Amino acid sequence: MNRPTAASAPTKSETMPTPTAVTLERAAIRLGGRTIWSDVSLAVAEADFVAVLGPNGAGKSTLIKAVLGLLPLAAGTAWVLGRRPGDAKGRIGYLPQRHGFDAATRIRGVDLVQLGLDGARWGVPIPGAPGRRRDARRVAEVIDLVGATGYARRPIGELSGGEQQRLLIAQALVRRPKLLLLDEPLDSLDLPNQAAVAALVRRICEEEGVAVLLVAHDINPILSYLDRVIYLAGGAAVEGSPEEVITSETLSRLYGAPIEVLRASDGRLVVVGQPEAPFVHGDRHG
Amino acid sequence: MVEAAIFQRLSWNPLTDLQELFAYPFMVNALEAGTIVAVMAGVTGWFMVLRRQTFAGHTLSVIAFPGAAAASLAGLPLAVGYFGFCGVGALALGGIAGSRRSLSAESAAIGSLQALALALGFLFVSLYHGVLNGLDSLLFGTFLGITERQVAVLLAVAAVAVTLVAIAARPLFFASVDPDVARAGGVPVRLLGFGFLLVLGLSVAETSQITGALLVFALLVTPAATAHQLTARPGLGIALSVALALAVTWLGLALAYFSIYPVGFYVTSLSFGLYVLVRIGRGLANRRRTIMRLALEGA
Repeated sequence: MNRPTAASAPTKSETMPTPTAVTLERAAIRLGGRTIWSDVSLAVAEADFVAVLGPNGAGKSTLIKAVLGLLPLAAGTAWVLGRRPGDAKGRIGYLPQRHGFDAATRIRGVDLVQLGLDGARWGVPIPGAPGRRRDARRVAEVIDLVGATGYARRPIGELSGGEQQRLLIAQALVRRPKLLLLDEPLDSLDLPNQAAVAALVRRICEEEGVAVLLVAHDINPILSYLDRVIYLAGGAAVEGSPEEVITSETLSRLYGAPIEVLRASDGRLVVVGQPEAPFVHGDRHG
Repeated sequence: MVEAAIFQRLSWNPLTDLQELFAYPFMVNALEAGTIVAVMAGVTGWFMVLRRQTFAGHTLSVIAFPGAAAASLAGLPLAVGYFGFCGVGALALGGIAGSRRSLSAESAAIGSLQALALALGFLFVSLYHGVLNGLDSLLFGTFLGITERQVAVLLAVAAVAVTLVAIAARPLFFASVDPDVARAGGVPVRLLGFGFLLVLGLSVAETSQITGALLVFALLVTPAATAHQLTARPGLGIALSVALALAVTWLGLALAYFSIYPVGFYVTSLSFGLYVLVRIGRGLANRRRTIMRLALEGA
């Protein structure tokens, strides 16, 4: 694999299609003197759907922020779409961790999606200009893609968590990014909606050719849609297919403590023995 | 008759009354100043309500009072005090907001600033003996004695502020609604927040000169909050906010001219009345929608 390294600057890859969406090599992050994780190496291929898993405080959101270039690496190298983190902003769609919009928020979904397209542009928008009409078409298209056309013109505060999440994914997609970073998009959703949003993300991956990093608390609703898994714990990370990573051996090594992975008769994975066990909450919404 | 006592100057002939409104230069100046202020307050107020910064706006208006009092004490034009104090106040608020303390510590700090401002205002007023008439108009507004020069200053400041807001409209909207995503998309969220507080300070300084320091909310908050209730569309909302601010200002000035009560009272009551009507209307509409939905679900 033609993986860029620190020694060879990305002179070619700036014009050529990039071999990976995200590459980390022996990367480390320190926040306020504390090492969050270190010696993390991983590669996310184009159009891969990758889940970022791990207990609270393992640095899952930190990984997303490092890929965005919002946090500098303390050691190692990172490449995002063939460039340094932070240089690829325009080609990344980002959905931060949040608690949803409250009922008093008087903003329409369609305006929120539009902001993803032109929110960083200065100057007065002129209604009816050709660019505006092209933008409006793109906004309508992406809202249709996530299946939110029916409620995009209602204030977002009045919508359900799943409807809000679809519109936010549309906002992240509106500039045709090559990489989508979704920080706990399933967190406030009930189980059927978690599966529905995961299926939507899978479809987007395939149809739009977008690589997706999705931070999740619980792997089970998304397991059947995933290509790969990044598991963060104990200041380190393991990357691989779900079958490789979610095993008693791999997780025991990562935690440095005995961990047991059980497979329920319905295929759900249950992780037993970890200090803070996200998997066990598989049916906390049910 | 009560009306006759309150509206002593009204002839009850609309045409003559309208003509009389524009007959005196002082009244023309007041209408011009009111128009300028209403446009600026409508625009910045809409963003302030969106950003949930009405507490900051209120603090700036309280700071406007010692500003005006200090200016009259020093023998300077009132505008110097209003713009100076509100500008410095906005910088201080920006500093408090920028230091990223917890929300409760932030509102406590802003509240303390408010108390100090009010205390300073009364100190300046008592140092300046025999200004009791002036105190009323500093707090509750006046439309008498606005000069053409003042109108020109109001216009210049408003033009600069509204132009700045127009240029930054989309990034400011983005940063207000969705700061995390905006920051990730390259929008200078903190700079915009600081810049907006400065523009807000200028707006409060302008509005204080018509409504008085204590009634700034009548023009800055109430029309904007009403507009937010009426529509979730940003462009239409801003237009509506300006239209409502203009309506209550013009009507308030006209009523004040023909009657014995101060202009601040009319502007405040009119905008408050509008807000209450819209809230009631929306409440009824929501109730009807809920009942219909429940009926549909039950069917």
